[in-house]
Amino acid sequence: MNTTSTEISDKSNAERLQIRKERLALLRGNKAFIFGVTILGFWVLCAIFGKFVTPFKIDDQNYEFVSVAPNGTYWFGTDPNGQDVFSRVIVGSRLILVMSFAATIIGTVAGTSLGLITGYFKGWFDTIVMRLLEAISAIPAIIIALLAIAAIDGQSPVLTVLIIAFVFTPNIARTVRAAVLAEAEYEYVAAARLRTERTPHILFKEILPNVMPPIIVEFTVRLGYAIFAIATLSFLGAGVEYGSPNWGTQISENWALIFNNQWWPTAFPAIAIASLAVSVNLISDGLLEVFEI
Amino acid sequence: MSTPTLELRNLEVAYTVRGIDREVLRSISLSIEPGEAYGLVGESGCGKSTAAYAAMRYLPRNGKITGGSILFEGRDMVTMSDGEVGELRNSVISMVYQNPVSALNPTIRVGDQVAEVFELAGKSKAEAGMLALQALVRVKIADPEKVMRRYAHQLSGGMAQRVVIAMALASNPRLLVMDEPTTGLDATVEAEVLDLVRELRRETGTAVLFISHNLGVIRHMCDRVGVLYAGALVEQGTTAEILSNPQHPYTVGLLRCIPRGGLHKNTDRLETIPGSPPSLGLHFDGCVFATRCTLADDRCRTEKPEMVAVGPSHVARCFHHDKAPSMPRNIEGASQGLSNPSKRVVPEGDLLNITHLSKIFAQDGNKVQVVNDVSLFVGPGETLGLVGESGSGKTTIAKMILGLTSAESTSVMSLSGKMLARTLNKRSVADVGALQIVFQNPDQALNRRHSVTRIVSRAVERLSGFSRTNSDNRAHELLSGMRVDASLHNARPAQLSGGLKQRVAISRAFAGSPNLVVCDEPTSALDVSVQATILNLLVDLQKQDDTSYLFISHDLGVVRYISDRIAVLYLGRVMELGNAETVFNGPHHPYTEALVSSVPAIDGSQRVRIRLEGDVPSPANPPTGCVLNPRCPRMAGSGVEGLCTTVEPELKEVEPGHFMRCHIPLDQLRVTQQK
Repeated sequence: MNTTSTEISDKSNAERLQIRKERLALLRGNKAFIFGVTILGFWVLCAIFGKFVTPFKIDDQNYEFVSVAPNGTYWFGTDPNGQDVFSRVIVGSRLILVMSFAATIIGTVAGTSLGLITGYFKGWFDTIVMRLLEAISAIPAIIIALLAIAAIDGQSPVLTVLIIAFVFTPNIARTVRAAVLAEAEYEYVAAARLRTERTPHILFKEILPNVMPPIIVEFTVRLGYAIFAIATLSFLGAGVEYGSPNWGTQISENWALIFNNQWWPTAFPAIAIASLAVSVNLISDGLLEVFEI
Repeated sequence: MSTPTLELRNLEVAYTVRGIDREVLRSISLSIEPGEAYGLVGESGCGKSTAAYAAMRYLPRNGKITGGSILFEGRDMVTMSDGEVGELRNSVISMVYQNPVSALNPTIRVGDQVAEVFELAGKSKAEAGMLALQALVRVKIADPEKVMRRYAHQLSGGMAQRVVIAMALASNPRLLVMDEPTTGLDATVEAEVLDLVRELRRETGTAVLFISHNLGVIRHMCDRVGVLYAGALVEQGTTAEILSNPQHPYTVGLLRCIPRGGLHKNTDRLETIPGSPPSLGLHFDGCVFATRCTLADDRCRTEKPEMVAVGPSHVARCFHHDKAPSMPRNIEGASQGLSNPSKRVVPEGDLLNITHLSKIFAQDGNKVQVVNDVSLFVGPGETLGLVGESGSGKTTIAKMILGLTSAESTSVMSLSGKMLARTLNKRSVADVGALQIVFQNPDQALNRRHSVTRIVSRAVERLSGFSRTNSDNRAHELLSGMRVDASLHNARPAQLSGGLKQRVAISRAFAGSPNLVVCDEPTSALDVSVQATILNLLVDLQKQDDTSYLFISHDLGVVRYISDRIAVLYLGRVMELGNAETVFNGPHHPYTEALVSSVPAIDGSQRVRIRLEGDVPSPANPPTGCVLNPRCPRMAGSGVEGLCTTVEPELKEVEPGHFMRCHIPLDQLRVTQQK
């Protein structure tokens, strides 16, 4: 029981692994988190492999079976075009997932960069940028998106992604800036300046790793919003091409049929949207707890 | 015999960490009589604070009492209901915490907070307001009506602590628990708060449990002392006995680590205690201190020693207490292996020369001059100590020298005769590498996401222009030279102890073979035994490479030990500058005199306290004449009062190499200060 430094290191390495293990255990023990990961995982698998496993080709129109209620062959029924709702829901996950992830990633990268720069430099640049960002976030996101899409081009998924990313940037920038403001006061930043590090190195190599936890949590929160935003836009007929398998479009094309008691072409995509959004929220709650923010 | 106010009987406390109970207090027994002040000392992690909280049965959620009893006036708090304990805490037991500003609610006016205590005791609102005012008068707050309308952040540390003490005393407690109540305060403020507590104790007869790592403070405050090590009480007795005639090897070692008057880096190495404190809740078969004790034998390692009487009212838990006072001194060898690859040429003359250094900050539209025309030089291999209360501009001066804060354009700085740019961006790599810093808090100074090797290696790479591989090798060499074991080189800072973290920070500062290293309170976050090893290391490095230090510290004992010359700062001005011994022995500037006399001595020798009245004035609105004049302890009766209040004195050379900014002639100071 001699406390040599080797022993300290063994102990502390063990401790480090222990902390990592404990975090994982905490996540694994969190049923809501596991549930969220399972659902998200399911939709990601659908997005990747859905095309190959669906019982029907998504574009196949079977005019003998138009608007059929769910049954043994058509599990989720068919829509007025005679297309299989189940197949279209499975394959429809691809577009919304790709778009929402892309929008959130772009927004996070842009927001993080802005947050790092404004939080580090402060001063007039910070003031101007933050006021601008506040102005942007004061306008409802959907309105901005609709206006932009209507103004430029009706149905471009790329543009939709960029607009949602743009709308998210202020929120992420503000979160990151707050973390950076506190972090930049730490003396390791001064120490980096005292070894002639350039600003990009200080921002991305020194400060960024220390503000990752709030960024990760913010990312998952935004992802949830992105899913809703894209579903809403496509429901409103903006952002994606008509006829593509997409949950929001499916709902917008079929919702009026609810009054004919044909609920299935609307209900199943709606459930899919809800399940995806809920799964992302459960994941972000779990991460929030583990990172103790 | 009367019933003690507080008695701990074989108290055992454990913390549950990751499902395992870790023993933190090992069968502690102590008692505090009414009106007595009992001090608990020991290094961090020894269980001092746990003992303080346990005395109120107020433990963190994962803490629990696993044995023994806590008797408050004979009633066992362990078996009481939570309601009863709460009742006691509301009425007869109070606590004063370490950080006064965070102990006050930032959103409630001070007066309302103090009044709240009385309202809880059932007084009417008007009555409570009156009593609150009286409570503030009692703790000698200047202008209490005004203070009552302020918020916590508008108070200085000393004032905030007075308010906290006023609140703690509001219920006329019979037991007052104080956990490091003066640790964050300046020496002059600390002395005033301690005087206040002593006075109030005399008035009220409250029993005090006083926790501190500062033995001088304990000496000043307490009747009896208990020494804690690894959660066990290893020695207990009257304060004078323990501090003058310690009988436990831990106490002996602890006292020997402290740089005290008369020791200087040129003649004495500081003693240390080998090893480091055991981790939380380790199990011991024998004596808890055996692994670090130079007297330990097989019996110590296998058998638990009992408390034995070593004198009247003095007990120690040691088999070899008779040998402890004369135990062999533990002086570690000099650090080696810092072979300097590019041994610099030591320049002739001054290494760093700064003249007319000034800094003006804009604050709420006002211009605040925090550093006012400071001129200093540092020679090669020399240590210049910077002392002064908080707000005196020490750290700002250091930051301007490093280029982290840009100095006003009138300032001139030169390094080895070459002009230094005022901002870091405009300095050459060589100049940046030549001026480095060791920060106060290694937790914040080391990037917690980077490995130890990377932290040091990156500095070598940037400052010495080595390749990645060579930088890594050089980093390992540096770290090993600083006694950071190779097995720790891939660790993250969080895995290291405070002392090891500071060694990593020192390695980084030395990565570019610096000429001058600013040491900004490098040991104030460390325990005394660790402080001694870090100071020894700094002295070794200086001797090897002729590195100069600018050493900032509020601990005058440390500054005196390590400095060749000392500059005393007040409100951004140099008040006195001279050799360390001259400045400390006097005749000194009245401000220096007050600073030196406010440090409580461990040996109990009681100097006459020279008081500084009031708080440090705001640099936004400095007093006219000599900036010290509203607080100067020597101005009255000096015969030059008229000059002091109207004309600011120059920094004059009063004897060869001894500079002072004071109107009072040196000979007159010599006479008055000898009285």
